Amino acid sequence: MKTNNYKIVVAAVFSVFILASCAKQLDLLPKNDVTSNTVYKNAAGYKQAFAKVYASFALTGNNGPSGNGDIQGIDEGTSDFLRLYWKAQELSTDEAVVSWGDPGIQDFHNMNWSANNPMLTGLYYRSFYQITLANDFIRQASDANLATRGITGADAENIKKYRAEARFLRAYQYSVLMDLFGSVPFVTDADLLGASLPKQKTRAELFAYIESELKAIDADLVNAKANEYGRADKAAAWALLARIYLNAQVYTGTAKNTEAVTYAKKVIDAGYSLITDYTKLMRADNNVNTSEFILTINFDGLKTQNWGGTTFLTHAPIGGSMNATQFGVDGGWSGLRTTKAFSDKFTDITGATDKRAQIYTSGQSADINDLTKFTDGYAITKFKNIKADGSAGSSLVWTDIDFPIFRLSEMYLIYAEAVLRGGTGGDATTALGYINTIRQRAYGNTSGNITAGQLTTDFILDERSRELYWEGFRRTDLIRYGKFVESTYLWPWKGGVKGGTGVDAYRKLYPIPSADISSNTNLKQNPGY
Amino acid sequence: MKKALAALLFAIISISVYAQERTVTGKVTDAKDGAPLSAASVVVKGSNKGVTTSADGTFAIKVPTGATALVISYLNFATKEVLLDSKNTVNVSLTASADQLSDVVVIGYGTSRKKDLTGSVSTVSAKDFNTGAISTPEQLIAGKVAGVSITSNNGAPGSGSTIRIRGGASLNASNDPLIVIDGMPIDGGGISGQANALALINPNDIESFSVLKDASAAAIYGARASNGVILITTKKGKRGAMKIDFSSQFSMASISKKVDVFSAAEIRTIVNANGTNTLKSLLGTANTDWQDQIYQTAISNDNNVSMSGVVKNMPYRLSLGALNQVGVLKTDQLKRTTVGLNLSPTFFDNHLSLNVNYKLANSASRFADQGAIGAATAFDPTQKVYSGNNNFGGYWEWLDPNSSNGLKSLSPKNPLGLLMQKQDNSDVVRQIASALVDYKVHFLPDLHVIVNSGVDIAEGKGTTVIGENAASTFKRFKDASNVFHGGVNNQYRQTRNNSYLNAYLNYAKDISAIKSRLELVAGYEYQAYKATNYNFSDRTFDKTLVNTPNFAFDVPEYRLSSYLGRANLSILNKYVLTASIRQDGSSKFNKDNRFALFPSAALAWKLKEEDFLKTNSTISDLKLRASYGVTGQQDGIGYYDYISYYNLGSNTAQYQFGNSFVSIFRPNGYYYNRKWEQTATANVALDFGLFDNRVSGTIEAYNRTTTDLLNEINQPAGTNFSNKIVANVGSMENKGVEVTLNFQPIKNKTTTWDVSLNATYNKNEITKLTISEDPTFAGVRYGGISGGTGNTIFIQSVGYKRGSYFVYKQVYDNAGKPIDGLFADLNRDGVVNESDLYQYKGNDPQFFFGASSNVTYKKWNAGFVLRANVGNYMYNNVASSRGTLRNILEPLGYINNGSRDYLTTGFSGNGANYFLSDYYVQNASFLRMDNINVGYNVGKVFHDKAVLRINANIQNAFIITQYKGLDPEVNGGIDNNFYPRPRTFVLGFNLSF
Repeated sequence: MKTNNYKIVVAAVFSVFILASCAKQLDLLPKNDVTSNTVYKNAAGYKQAFAKVYASFALTGNNGPSGNGDIQGIDEGTSDFLRLYWKAQELSTDEAVVSWGDPGIQDFHNMNWSANNPMLTGLYYRSFYQITLANDFIRQASDANLATRGITGADAENIKKYRAEARFLRAYQYSVLMDLFGSVPFVTDADLLGASLPKQKTRAELFAYIESELKAIDADLVNAKANEYGRADKAAAWALLARIYLNAQVYTGTAKNTEAVTYAKKVIDAGYSLITDYTKLMRADNNVNTSEFILTINFDGLKTQNWGGTTFLTHAPIGGSMNATQFGVDGGWSGLRTTKAFSDKFTDITGATDKRAQIYTSGQSADINDLTKFTDGYAITKFKNIKADGSAGSSLVWTDIDFPIFRLSEMYLIYAEAVLRGGTGGDATTALGYINTIRQRAYGNTSGNITAGQLTTDFILDERSRELYWEGFRRTDLIRYGKFVESTYLWPWKGGVKGGTGVDAYRKLYPIPSADISSNTNLKQNPGY
Repeated sequence: MKKALAALLFAIISISVYAQERTVTGKVTDAKDGAPLSAASVVVKGSNKGVTTSADGTFAIKVPTGATALVISYLNFATKEVLLDSKNTVNVSLTASADQLSDVVVIGYGTSRKKDLTGSVSTVSAKDFNTGAISTPEQLIAGKVAGVSITSNNGAPGSGSTIRIRGGASLNASNDPLIVIDGMPIDGGGISGQANALALINPNDIESFSVLKDASAAAIYGARASNGVILITTKKGKRGAMKIDFSSQFSMASISKKVDVFSAAEIRTIVNANGTNTLKSLLGTANTDWQDQIYQTAISNDNNVSMSGVVKNMPYRLSLGALNQVGVLKTDQLKRTTVGLNLSPTFFDNHLSLNVNYKLANSASRFADQGAIGAATAFDPTQKVYSGNNNFGGYWEWLDPNSSNGLKSLSPKNPLGLLMQKQDNSDVVRQIASALVDYKVHFLPDLHVIVNSGVDIAEGKGTTVIGENAASTFKRFKDASNVFHGGVNNQYRQTRNNSYLNAYLNYAKDISAIKSRLELVAGYEYQAYKATNYNFSDRTFDKTLVNTPNFAFDVPEYRLSSYLGRANLSILNKYVLTASIRQDGSSKFNKDNRFALFPSAALAWKLKEEDFLKTNSTISDLKLRASYGVTGQQDGIGYYDYISYYNLGSNTAQYQFGNSFVSIFRPNGYYYNRKWEQTATANVALDFGLFDNRVSGTIEAYNRTTTDLLNEINQPAGTNFSNKIVANVGSMENKGVEVTLNFQPIKNKTTTWDVSLNATYNKNEITKLTISEDPTFAGVRYGGISGGTGNTIFIQSVGYKRGSYFVYKQVYDNAGKPIDGLFADLNRDGVVNESDLYQYKGNDPQFFFGASSNVTYKKWNAGFVLRANVGNYMYNNVASSRGTLRNILEPLGYINNGSRDYLTTGFSGNGANYFLSDYYVQNASFLRMDNINVGYNVGKVFHDKAVLRINANIQNAFIITQYKGLDPEVNGGIDNNFYPRPRTFVLGFNLSF
């Protein structure tokens, strides 16, 4: 009997020890998510991680159209790069107004944004998100890591090209941050993730970094027009250099118009040409416009779904009496319109003369009494989810339209403006020729051509607006011309006043979001905020 | 000398060999009704010789000569000693002592004598439960316990409740208390097809609740105890004759209030006065109250039968329940069948006792499309319900000949159509099995070895079907050959497999010489939680494939491994000391941060036992308690994100390179250094009883400080793959006072009147949120509202309470009417923007109260339970999103109904800031009569074979509030399209055999 008791006690104590061994079972791994070693074990995995670096331009997360977002603290549908960048660059200008009540969205046109504006916060973190992804990819794609993982030969060569493109994307996003926010924290692949708080670089330091980086990767990038569609090549890097050189005076205090001429010319001479019909630029099958497009953000109605990007640019300007079917979508969002200051840039807004005037007026008034009323202000019909032959895109909800970050027209315009601003290495005759090339496409003939006497910097500012409107250039252009915050150029509801008003000069820079100021002790806010 | 010794030895041996034995027989009965008590223990005093009584209560025991008495004991009955003298027959009746019953309180890993409690433990047993049509267990004690707020989530059948003990201790981690059923901690999450895990427990099977509120009581559950612990004990078999209990309830529920929207005539007037010609032409001629269309009077029933008794010396209880609950929203229904079995046999002279529980629940639900609730308040009342043609199932809809599917883009869909055209049916089976083995060591009866193990297995699955013609999904997908398909034909499925094991030693020693007692507990516990989530393709009604998931299923899983210990020392029956310690390990943290220690200590001083009070006839009980302890928290955070994992994008999130689309791999945000959130709680309390405990109560004060708050913070840009991550940054305080008061104003032969009151005051303040202090950083905004894309209404800010509203200050005219679009420029910088938002009020109440009263007069009883909250505010999202002219004259080209709040404000709805006006944050203090009940005890029926009781209830009888919306009690503080809590009339009877 006693021995039985002992057995029970021994068994009980023993079972306690067996249970104790369960402590070792606390190491668990997710079922479907994988570690970096699994992702980067072969070249195919590298390409998938590399694709995410690009996809961060187009998608809002890992689930199309939404449900697994990259950026927190903002409605996922509004968190893609293009939608946010577009709002910051266009809604703050004469080119666009919006009727909605999304938090912070009216602040752009009213020019009264604060450091807590959720859209600026979203944009800032979206740009840094792509930088962080690029940094991670560059680290993973180091020669040492490739060697360790046994990736050699053609695969390794390809991945080196990916690495150069990731550096390009990082430089591009730093150029966006430099333009919008001025001085921002700076991290590269050399900084281990989260190891230390990033330090701020001045705007001029960022400029120097971007310039040197773009030059440094030139050798590793694929030749102009030789890469897969959707991927950056040498021409994309040159185009970005041309763009920042044109604005160098704003960024650094020192003009670099000669360099702007040089790099715009390099792109132009790489063999690009304008497509024949301006109205076919932003269509469902515009991926065929490779003769003009230098680098695009790629969207697809079935495979690259999100609520921003060109889906936003197509749906949001449809409202009032507009028929959504004619835009290849299931309905309008009654949001975006333009101001009279923009439509007046065309002498004929019907599009009959200058085909670039894709303006909808029926039931819309030119004047805006109420920013939140869709029928106040003309609508824009530039983006259509319909193929060039008139057939439908792949979905009525999400568009197939790709968005050009760089296209040839901008290079022509940079060349001409930089020459007029005293840049050397180019000439006024070529500049006039480029401008008239743009105008001949717009008019369908030479009737719109201008003379050398008409070619002034002010003309170019207006011409940029006519050619590049709603493509995300306007705020930068107005700042370069000293017309953004100043009272010298007003547009309806500029600064929140119907007739327009100038605002404080500090608003030429957006504020660093409070979200980052409060989490990074190294940061200093832009003056005025 | 040697001879003498030998003689003595001989004498002893001969005595033992030749000692006379006789047999004593007898019967043990219940003093109350004379029912035989089986398996009662009969022991010869001073020996370990004993027997147990058989099923008819009889026993036969061999008694040596010289034995003086028999000791007869039985669980929950007062132990009796019977002197033997020369009797050979001993009949004993035992008295079930009410004192004895309430004296034992279920606590973590064991029980405690109530008088030895040092921590804050509130118990509610079956006799004090709320009555009426209650389908989910936690509602049994709503309003009954100070410091515990239980709010049903909405009026849907089987919907869960939000339970907050002392306000909850966390920001981004969970604020839900740990729930332990018969010793087994359960996972708070629901399962596909039944969002409320507790709805699968039959409330009729529950014996008692113990709520552990302070650290001393709860810290033994360390890891998961920060938000308090609720211990649920289910009913067990009782020794005695077989008892059958049958109860049946019928209820009738209907909504008591509708959302205040315009009538058809009013909409016509508004549209004709303000609308465009296009809109005027859209006005219909009908007068439809869409809310009348979607709600119904719901008739439900609930039947329960239980049997308990003893078979082959094994006490058992078997229960069956069948609930059929119909929702007030048409098409909503929950059918639940439950089986509960409890076996509690003992072996080896009661040295080994077993308690086996098995519970099976099967729920079959049809879920109504709750989108109909919002649609009914938004849909134009001038339109008729049916169009008169067969399009869209015959339901009237907003049409647009230019749109691809013929429907007006983004327009609300016919509310009745939404309900009738959707079939969302779920089938859930849950099984909980647990076994507790308690071995009282033979050679050391003070020591118990206890092993408790259990599994909780559930499977939920269902189908969602929406017809091809339903407007909500009409032509929603265009296939590769440009053919449209509509409707939905989808499945869902999830399984859960949670297991639990603990083993502990319990040593209890009475040191009667100094009136002291020592109790020690030490053990180990292991918990594993695993779910399998199946992913299915999205298909249209005709099963055309829209989308395929990347993975067929996912298996999220976490585990806890813990050591625990407790010592309880009662000295001189005056001073009680308790100390506990627990070490927890969680798989959710990295190896270095995985383990944490959670200690607690407490002291109680039984003043009543001191000489100066012992003889006091007024003060019948007085005890002072104080405790301090630390608890931890790891619920509500990611399972694996202490390292970065790569997530494969869906096939709708690919990126185009050249002519091919590449699937993407994304590194996820992570936080390596994440660790346990810790809450330190200090508690002082005074328990008192007056006039022979006719008046009794507790006054308690606490201070809880949560540090290393699991808090979603902004990441410095460029340092993580997510810009926000849950890290351990910040701290928060909760301070409060609780008062419980029970008294009996009347107690005589015919009448008793019991009143119970409780009151709670809680003050919450966030004391730290970010790594670096930035005065321009207002805080973390959250709480999405309807209106604008991405608008949020709440903020967590340092120096304010958790969940403050973050709003613009509305400017009013002299008549007190809010001025459209005018808000105070609080920072006086000349513009009104986000920098002018301010923290205003919050959803958490400052005070909450519960009161219940019960009168028994002869065979009648009547009572009520009411609850009140004071200082809680609500964001009236119905008024803000629907109470504007712009909403009625929808710019997208159709007419909406609107909130009649528009008559008060006259808001145009232009601009964006009005959504965040503090005008819409409204005082939602309330007093709610939860339950009024009356019962009659018919007495013996069926030739005295049974006892019949009849009862009637009104639940949610009335509410007193100045809140303008539908219901002041909406969890989360945003009132928008709330599923109304119905008023329910219940009639029931109970038959006991």
